[in-house]
Amino acid sequence: MKKELTLFDNPKNVKILLITFYCSLVVLLISEFFIHPHPAFSFEHVKGFSAVYGFFSCVLLIFLAKILRLIVMKKENYYDK
Amino acid sequence: MTSNMIPPAIIFILAALLIPFLKGKTKSIYMLLIPVAAFYVLVNIPYGNIWTYEFWGYNLILGRIDKLSMVFGYIFTIMAFLGILFALKVKDDLQHVSGIIYAGATLGVVLAGDFLSLYLFWEIMAVSSTFLIIASRTRASREAGFRYILVHLIGGLFLLAGIVLYVQKTGTIAFDYIGLTGIESYLIFIGIALNAAAIPLHAWLPDAYPQGTPTSTVFLSAFTTKSAVYLLVRTFPGADLLIWIGAFMVFVPIFYAVLENDIRRVLAYSLLNQIGFMLVGIGIGSQLALNGAVAHAFCHILYKGLLFMAAGSVLQMTGKIKCTEIGGLYKTMPLTCLFCIVGAASISAFPLFSGFVSKSMIVTATVNEKMILVYLVLQFASAGVFHHAGIKVPFFTFFGHDSGIRAKDPSWNMILAMGIAAFACVFIGVFPQPLYNLLPFTVNYIPYTGAHVVGQLQLLMFGALAFALLILSGYYPPEIKSINLDVDWSYRKFGRGAYIVMDKGLNALNRVSESILMGSVKGVSSFFNSAAAKIALFVSVNVWLLLGYRDKRLEIKKNQLYNDMIEGTLPIGIGAAVAISFILLVFALT
Repeated sequence: MKKELTLFDNPKNVKILLITFYCSLVVLLISEFFIHPHPAFSFEHVKGFSAVYGFFSCVLLIFLAKILRLIVMKKENYYDK
Repeated sequence: MTSNMIPPAIIFILAALLIPFLKGKTKSIYMLLIPVAAFYVLVNIPYGNIWTYEFWGYNLILGRIDKLSMVFGYIFTIMAFLGILFALKVKDDLQHVSGIIYAGATLGVVLAGDFLSLYLFWEIMAVSSTFLIIASRTRASREAGFRYILVHLIGGLFLLAGIVLYVQKTGTIAFDYIGLTGIESYLIFIGIALNAAAIPLHAWLPDAYPQGTPTSTVFLSAFTTKSAVYLLVRTFPGADLLIWIGAFMVFVPIFYAVLENDIRRVLAYSLLNQIGFMLVGIGIGSQLALNGAVAHAFCHILYKGLLFMAAGSVLQMTGKIKCTEIGGLYKTMPLTCLFCIVGAASISAFPLFSGFVSKSMIVTATVNEKMILVYLVLQFASAGVFHHAGIKVPFFTFFGHDSGIRAKDPSWNMILAMGIAAFACVFIGVFPQPLYNLLPFTVNYIPYTGAHVVGQLQLLMFGALAFALLILSGYYPPEIKSINLDVDWSYRKFGRGAYIVMDKGLNALNRVSESILMGSVKGVSSFFNSAAAKIALFVSVNVWLLLGYRDKRLEIKKNQLYNDMIEGTLPIGIGAAVAISFILLVFALT
């Protein structure tokens, strides 16, 4: 059998990945100053609107999903009873 | 040229019937050649109405060939090829035959220019796809398959009722743009919307699709919903109602997708979300929006097929598919992992992947129409899609906690099918023009502008940041062995009671149907009764043979079924009602 990949077993590699990820976020924010903007609506004139919107969308998504879970989550054998 | 060509639907359906008689390599090559032959026909037919036949004074049109039907014809044929390739080593003829008939019936729906042939293919789709669900041969899949066929037969009845009224009103069975105007259009709309899994008629999809086999779910994910999307583009473009249904659909299912434990159920909910984007496009109805809806359907079939293939590979190789039971599989399934990430990037609409060049057309169409609220909902959903389908699916399957499972990548044919789909996703993302050339209207749209790429990347990457921070802080909802209630609760929790009601109700329907026509057409109705029994017998005997029943056991089964059918102890009311409705249709029109 082939040797298995163990890339992410090494905490150092995970750290490198995360740092690369955070750097790319900074690059994305900066690059907005160097492109020709064509905002869809007036509120998109604000630099970094998409970034803020994307971030809070996901936080809201998780927050609401956690509340939804209280209502709809049942044991796996719920329908067999 | 066309006179010596066979309609693609007929190629698929007839060719499928020969599959059980073939073996080994011959069988594999034969199955792969079916979509190739159909594709050859599609490439070589001229535009216009072809394959028209006279039937009881009506004109059946088996080939309405224009840009809209062709783009769907191409993608369904391509997906049929990939699905067959992916399932090539499956040793179960039931799946091969029903899968290929299902693909053929879908092509029949897409190319049909009249309501009668449309309805015929529509019902073949419903029945053949049911076999794909029950092919797992588990109790759960049988029950889900039963609910699935009931829901679809009821949807079919709505469609049929709408068709009857429509034909009565217009005097023709040909159809094109309908629009939401009268009762008949609403009935047709409900029938189609049910197949598109439009909320609130959606629960059958996450209920049934995840019950399929590792390979059959790939077929299921492609055909039913997207053929309904095609019909909506054809018959109800610009219906405002679709914008709101669509906006609701991109929004609500992603919460379920976040919570779901079963990866294929996560994918089923994200399928609903993607259909939502298409419905919004159809509802807006501008040329850009319709092009966007069609392009998105095209891309979606490929990347959703790819994701279900990756999930199917995991299920095939590990026997498990729940977040709580898998994880860390990248170590020994690197190729499957890679293809899954390509599919995930495509569905998330990352620049250079296929979703980016199609979804952005729909989003831009909302901007052009100044629909701020819909725009914000779509952007929210875009971030949400990346969150659950883009990150959650690959992360919990291939990374996350190490489950200790050391399964290998699947066989070459499954790898190849995923490889082709992944290549297509990247190719379309990098070179969108060939796809744009296929769309129904001329495209003056440029997806790759600096602002658009940076905006989309910000949206996605900062969504990913939220995911990373929530996971690291432990606030992310943990994987829990559980199920989440959906609308199907209404007909499942009271399952036994509902079954009795249906049984009594449908057999009553049977009696009513008969008594309506008592006297004048008594012979016809009894013909349908015994015909139904004979057809059921014919189908079942073949299935039983495939399942390995022989001699005495087969004989007992046959007698049981025939007696049940003739004495009406089975809930065959629907079948009879459909048949009787057809006769009423003919009576009403002559």
